[in-house]
Amino acid sequence: MTAGYSRILAVFAFIAILVTLPLWIRDTFYVNIASQILIWSIAAMGLNLLVGYAGLVSLGHASLFAIGGYAVGIAITSGFDQLTAFVIGLAIILLISAIFGALALRSTGIGFLMITLAIGQILWGVAYRWVSLTNGDNGISIPARPQPFGLDIEGPTPFYYLALAVFILALAFTSRLVLSPLGAAIRGTRDEPRRMTALGYNVWLTRYIAFVMSGFLSGIAGLLFLYYNGFVSPQVLTVQSSSEILLMVLSGGSATIFGPFVGALVIVFMKNVASSFVERWSLVLGLIFVLIIIFIPEGIVPGLARLKTGFGGARRIRAVPAPSGEAS
Amino acid sequence: MNPLRVKGLCKSFGGLRVTRDVDLDVAAGERRLIIGPNGAGKTTLFNLIAGEIKPDAGEISLMGRDITRSPGRARAHMGLARTYQIITLFPQDTLIRNVSIALMGLMPLRWNPFANLSQCRDVSDAAHEALERVGLVHLADRKISETSYGECRRVEIAMALAQQPSVLLLDEPLAGLSVDERRGVQDLLLSIPRDVTTVMIEHDMDVALRFAERITLMHFGAVVLDGTRDEVVNAPQTREVYLAG
Repeated sequence: MTAGYSRILAVFAFIAILVTLPLWIRDTFYVNIASQILIWSIAAMGLNLLVGYAGLVSLGHASLFAIGGYAVGIAITSGFDQLTAFVIGLAIILLISAIFGALALRSTGIGFLMITLAIGQILWGVAYRWVSLTNGDNGISIPARPQPFGLDIEGPTPFYYLALAVFILALAFTSRLVLSPLGAAIRGTRDEPRRMTALGYNVWLTRYIAFVMSGFLSGIAGLLFLYYNGFVSPQVLTVQSSSEILLMVLSGGSATIFGPFVGALVIVFMKNVASSFVERWSLVLGLIFVLIIIFIPEGIVPGLARLKTGFGGARRIRAVPAPSGEAS
Repeated sequence: MNPLRVKGLCKSFGGLRVTRDVDLDVAAGERRLIIGPNGAGKTTLFNLIAGEIKPDAGEISLMGRDITRSPGRARAHMGLARTYQIITLFPQDTLIRNVSIALMGLMPLRWNPFANLSQCRDVSDAAHEALERVGLVHLADRKISETSYGECRRVEIAMALAQQPSVLLLDEPLAGLSVDERRGVQDLLLSIPRDVTTVMIEHDMDVALRFAERITLMHFGAVVLDGTRDEVVNAPQTREVYLAG
């Protein structure tokens, strides 16, 4: 079987596991955890476009994650119906991503990191201090989840399937983008921006498109987060949230399709499940990150692939019989 | 109309004048060699022509159009291509992907987020053709990081030629190559079609003199001499510059 077919089979098996998950988990607590993993995976996938493929590390992505939730929440509490609020939310995500990107991409490297951190803090300040609009520290609540196409998603399992549908769409989009000419251009601007300019590419615009797509994906995840919790508050926009999304990308493996999912799985699981068994769960999480950095600095997905290749190589070497007459 | 004209070009980095009132007039189809000792300002001149740095004064025109204020990417779309002294490729991508990226730089396809690049027949065929031209089509699917230095030099030339440029700037295309590799790249340079106006910086005089019809000698950022191959080779200034350098 070729590597290509193995990969396709692995992807189908992965999706089949996710589709059947509520059937064999049953416990609604874990179904909700799975929904959270999917939501944060989508946010991390968005950031991965920027960090992994465009080579731009952002510390302000939690604000793009939260902005859609705030927009929809404010629209609903202002009297708009769910569909109109959803459309407003999408428009606001695009608008804020476009403005955020235009400001942040005046620099790259550490400058870009600092600008994203600063803009993220400004948006956190707006959410926290503009009480008449955002309800300040109390956040914005919505009365109920929407009913897309008349479907009831109030229960944990129906909501899980909504999150899964969006996750699969996001996965399909990023997988396709990576293989596309635009994906190649985005990676080119990461690796050799000078060469890309000489070849006729508009490096700034290519990065800008990557930023807007990244912000849009993370914003969609933020919408799901609002529908999941029925609530969004300034806590979601903090530097800690931005750092967590970044850690999901880096620990899972940046510039990989499944890395963000694995990173989100580790962090959400540790925060929500391990924390109920281990009081100092953040210490354990920190230890996990240290181990990742020491043994698989490229992240879990590419790291495990490398280790597997190494072990496979070792097995193959051992399998070669020693020539006769030579000591083994 | 000469495809490349440079007039009164000046550039300083702080107090250091690296390009001093440089004039360059390259005729259509010409093969021009730029020589001079290290620090003469040859690569800076290329960077100015390619739009990677902005001049303090002077004018650059490409195919009769003033490009002095045009961004580097626009110059590529107007028919200017270049190679680098230090190899500048995409090491994690294959040879075919590197050439495909070069080809797409001038195509609207580069903005497409949905097409599968490896299934874009037009790009793939043109990239294979470009690799065949430099004798590397058999390595099309090998990663750049697993490719020898000499082969990388050829890929750089393939990428530049794939864009079908009107003016090609070659910055020391033989630097760091073994004798055998030099011979191969030299043949490749001589096979560049005459409709491509070529300007080359090179220190290997044996190869360079076979290639060039006219030579520009630079020293301390200024053009010292500009003439035919024999004129420049036999001029006392050439010996002075190189012996003094």
